Amino acid sequence: MTSSAAIELRDVHKSFGKTPIICGVTLAIAKGERHAIIGPNGAGKSTLFNLISGRFPVTSGSILLNGADATHLRPFEINRRGLSRSFQITNIFHRMSVFENLRCALLWALGYKYSFWRPVARLRDANDRAEQILESIGLQRRRDTFAGLLSYAEQRALEIGITIAGGADVILLDEPTAGMNRSETAQAVALIRRVTESKTLVMVEHDMSVVFGLADRISVLVYGEVIATDVPGAIRSNCAVQEAYLGHEAAAH
Amino acid sequence: MSAALKSGEVPKFRPTNVGRYALWGGFALVLAALPLVFKQGFAITIMSQMGIFIIAALSYNMLLGQTGLLSFGHAVYSGLGAYFAIHTLNWIAAGKILLPVALVPLVGGLVGLVFAILFGYITTKKAGTTFAMITLGIGEMVFAASLIFPSFFGGEGGISANRVVGEPFLGLTYGPAVQVYYLIATWTLVAMIAMLALTQTPLGRLANAVRDNPERVEFIGYNTHMVRFMMFALSGFFAGIAGGLSAINFEIVSAESVGAQRSGGMLVAAYIGGVGVFFGPVIGAIIFTFFVVAISNMTKAWLLYLGLFFVAIVMVAPGGIASVVLMNLRVWKAGFMNWLWKPYAAVLATGLIALVGFVMVVEMTYKISDSGTGGKVSVFGVQIDAGTQTPWIVAAVVLTIGGFLYRRAWLALKRKWDEIQVLLQTRSL
Repeated sequence: MTSSAAIELRDVHKSFGKTPIICGVTLAIAKGERHAIIGPNGAGKSTLFNLISGRFPVTSGSILLNGADATHLRPFEINRRGLSRSFQITNIFHRMSVFENLRCALLWALGYKYSFWRPVARLRDANDRAEQILESIGLQRRRDTFAGLLSYAEQRALEIGITIAGGADVILLDEPTAGMNRSETAQAVALIRRVTESKTLVMVEHDMSVVFGLADRISVLVYGEVIATDVPGAIRSNCAVQEAYLGHEAAAH
Repeated sequence: MSAALKSGEVPKFRPTNVGRYALWGGFALVLAALPLVFKQGFAITIMSQMGIFIIAALSYNMLLGQTGLLSFGHAVYSGLGAYFAIHTLNWIAAGKILLPVALVPLVGGLVGLVFAILFGYITTKKAGTTFAMITLGIGEMVFAASLIFPSFFGGEGGISANRVVGEPFLGLTYGPAVQVYYLIATWTLVAMIAMLALTQTPLGRLANAVRDNPERVEFIGYNTHMVRFMMFALSGFFAGIAGGLSAINFEIVSAESVGAQRSGGMLVAAYIGGVGVFFGPVIGAIIFTFFVVAISNMTKAWLLYLGLFFVAIVMVAPGGIASVVLMNLRVWKAGFMNWLWKPYAAVLATGLIALVGFVMVVEMTYKISDSGTGGKVSVFGVQIDAGTQTPWIVAAVVLTIGGFLYRRAWLALKRKWDEIQVLLQTRSL
């Protein structure tokens, strides 16, 4: 395994109390790769995201981000190293305008830190960039609306906007199309494709059309273990995967 | 949409640049003109205290409204600032240091800042209930310390000083109360502008983000502890300025200035005015000071009235008076105010009737509990005898009829209001 991977997990374990959730995941995701993590409910996909992004501490094992150890960093430290994530349950700043949501999300990346002497209105680069992101997520019309008043699909778009605003080169999206109808999903996929151009993308997703349409490689997580990592075609024909996951899905339908 | 959002929902206040300068210029003019209109000593006293409390309430709201931190011990920083300011006045008098009296509030501010840094680093590690409890604990600790170290805090009597010290600057001695008023008004204006400007900086905006969703802030590169800590420290600075001004104004500082009651006062004032809007606490501070200084002069029951007023605000307008004003502004701009004049007039008139009845009952009750038998008591300038039956019957009748009519007027107003809100909502979609 090379250390030039964007994200590298080495034998990562996570237990809550005595319950093991992640049982030895080893995985390398190359720079610029679009990687999907699929698996049945309760397989530990979101937990894996929470470990990578620093929301939960790992029980054992190590996580490398762009070749450097990031195992015990806090979320904001990981974010400062160029990893940004979205959330499955929309996680935005409700009582701030859409524009303000985006601008806040890129202030650190532009080096403004905790400045309390510079008016944000005069930060040209921050404002231009926020407008740009606003346009790319298609919410110009809602620029000055409180984020909490947006429709669900709009909030999901804002969620992605906040995630990419800082210009992180590793993007983690947790079920970006959850709860969307067909046309909203198609729009979201186009949006994700556009805004993650030339970035590393890792996503957890239930919608198989999204997964097989977007991902370069797919990892299948079952009961806290990666049972296969491969290109979409190989995953589709992998017997173990079909049995553990796709078959299970098919049976449910 | 969450319930909290609904209740706190207010239209945005966004003046243009020109509008902003006009607004501040106009405000400065009003501050300058007030003593010319209200010349009585009592009015000057009240306005001075309002200015001080405006700074205190705004600094409190940097925590509650802007960062989402509920503090029960903000008086620690205004109070310690006041103590150091009063000692500074004495040091100037003794010739130990050379400092114009006009800059003594800055000493208070710096002391507030230092202590907010000292205590705040631990306090702001956690938000929510933990934060609230720690501020309460530190408040009690400092209050206890003020009684343990009498040489610095002056024990129960406090520390007094004379503000007419040092060389007069431009002929200003700060002897006359009106000069102190202008000193306070200047500091109030400067502090208000600085605190408003702060809300429009990266730190100010991130404070709002921490208030709305601290977890997400950690995933956009910011350390929530640092954001809370810096806001806490800066709010301690402004609280200290308020403390320094009160030291100059009263020429005495005692233990109660760091006490829980003073902290609670800031909370009540900020909440009455409205924590969701920058100018809310200004309104709240003015009303609160009016209760504390003016109404307390008229009746012993002032604290009861203040408490009831506070409860009424919390229940009817959780966004405070500022949100009521802004919501009405929106109705007015949409051209619906014509629908509301009559219901408003009805609510006001019936409310006043009910209030007269209520005040009669309260005042007579206080009189009896004071004297044991009753006696003359003045209600709205009319002398009534609490020991006789007639006033009680009159009060009961007025309160019942007023209350009944008020209830009807209120429901009618509410119907109209809801109708307008629905119309506004459909219009904006």
